[in-house]
Amino acid sequence: MSIFNIPIQLFSTQIMLGLINGAFYAILSLGLAIIFGLLNIVNFAHGAFYMLGAFGALLLLDHLGINYWAALVIVPLLIGLLGCVIERSVLRWIYDLDHLYGMILTFGMSLVMVGIFRNMYGATGLAYSMPPSLQGGFNLGFMYLPASRAFVIVASGLVCLLTWLAIEKTRVGSWLRAATEKPQLTEAFGINVPLLITLTYGFGVALAAFAGVLAAPIFSVNPMMGSDLIIVVFAVVVIGGMGSISGAILSGFMLGLVEGVTKVFWPQASSTVIFVIMAIVLLVRPAGLFGKQD
Amino acid sequence: MPETTPNAMLEVRGLQAWYGESHVLHGIDFHVQQGEVVTLLGRNGAGKSTTLKTIMGMLKRREGSIKFRGQELAAATSRHIARAGIAFCPEDRGIYSSLTVEENLMLPPVVAEGGMSVAEIHQLFPNLAERRRSQGTRLSGGEQQMLAIGRILRTGARLLLLDEPTEGLAPVIVQQIGAIIRKLKERGYTVVLVEQNFHFAATVADRHYVMDHGAIVDMIPNSEIDAHAEKLNSYLGV
Repeated sequence: MSIFNIPIQLFSTQIMLGLINGAFYAILSLGLAIIFGLLNIVNFAHGAFYMLGAFGALLLLDHLGINYWAALVIVPLLIGLLGCVIERSVLRWIYDLDHLYGMILTFGMSLVMVGIFRNMYGATGLAYSMPPSLQGGFNLGFMYLPASRAFVIVASGLVCLLTWLAIEKTRVGSWLRAATEKPQLTEAFGINVPLLITLTYGFGVALAAFAGVLAAPIFSVNPMMGSDLIIVVFAVVVIGGMGSISGAILSGFMLGLVEGVTKVFWPQASSTVIFVIMAIVLLVRPAGLFGKQD
Repeated sequence: MPETTPNAMLEVRGLQAWYGESHVLHGIDFHVQQGEVVTLLGRNGAGKSTTLKTIMGMLKRREGSIKFRGQELAAATSRHIARAGIAFCPEDRGIYSSLTVEENLMLPPVVAEGGMSVAEIHQLFPNLAERRRSQGTRLSGGEQQMLAIGRILRTGARLLLLDEPTEGLAPVIVQQIGAIIRKLKERGYTVVLVEQNFHFAATVADRHYVMDHGAIVDMIPNSEIDAHAEKLNSYLGV
């Protein structure tokens, strides 16, 4: 069986790899979109928090024997808390300044975090052993689906869906949307907007850490892992539309797929295709595919 | 300092405020008794809306005294002022496009007991019930104004600051809003109303403060408004 003379097995494997990348793009760009919406800060430290998530899982396992499943909960909580502290102590001072200052500050934070981990663990990757319950896989007839990869796609999809529901369908979510749209008026209704900002940054950062834990068993854990990924994720956010929640999720998965398909037909272009799409989207719909056009 | 007014619900003394470098309020003095409807009249740019925003703590730099039920609020944050029981309905109505009508209505937290129930608000504004699942900004101008007033009635706040609620609305809607303000007065609410249209203001208010260049220049009781019609016309430039 084949499509355009390409064996279906190769094709579906690339689709699966694309979906996995898309799962990471979606969860990371979702966090960036929430943070940008409320804080107006382009969080360049996002990749570093993703890296911290992966290292968090590794360190918990090596030093405390805490397994993957517990790490999926504990690490995002701890890194999210770190995010709250950083927001309160550092970011709070620059909200009145131009966007550029936020980018430079978070970029600097990212360099510091990556530098520390490079110094301690070197630049080569460390291995995180696959939890036993994720070893093995399913034979789907036309392809073999490893359980670890299936889990990443399902877990990321679920977290994205729950986050979307929480923002769009709950009362706290309506406060977040209100504070994003008209912060001063929302505060004048008696809603604690500064607290919402702190929690939102913490939550966005926790999403990045969650993605980092998910990544630990399937990619190598190294200090540069976030810096490599985050550039693509920024392109995804721009394509989806800055600040659009559903746009970030959908374009994350979509662009992962596009990348996978490109790998089948024109492998050399697969690492650039997202940036080409970004350029076209910026020309045709500057506010992004799902952003509000002014 | 002028002496304080006993039992005033809101008492503003020597209030000054700045937008960045520009000094926009130059020492405002006025008071509102419990249960009164008081208007701030004046031309465009006289400082009426700014006065309401300053009372709500929305201008960063401000000086002077804002006493609400005897409690000094001049240094409080917007959030604390709202929690103390003052509710604000902004000039642009402040309807959120990312929230449904129902979410807009439910957004302001309840700050005191005795606020209206959603059912009562729906009774007052039946259109809001019919359209509760619509996006807030899909409502007509009049409906948006109803929503902006309705949502602050839920909170239990007893002092309402309404910034030009009739602006840009059809006469029949303006009449409806007038009827609502009179109904609120009957229920014991205290209202500070910013208006350009003093014919409308005369149908709802007890007293009128006239503003010019960031200061209060006159106070006219509603019962004497006819006697002062000429003076008012010259203040308002009509």
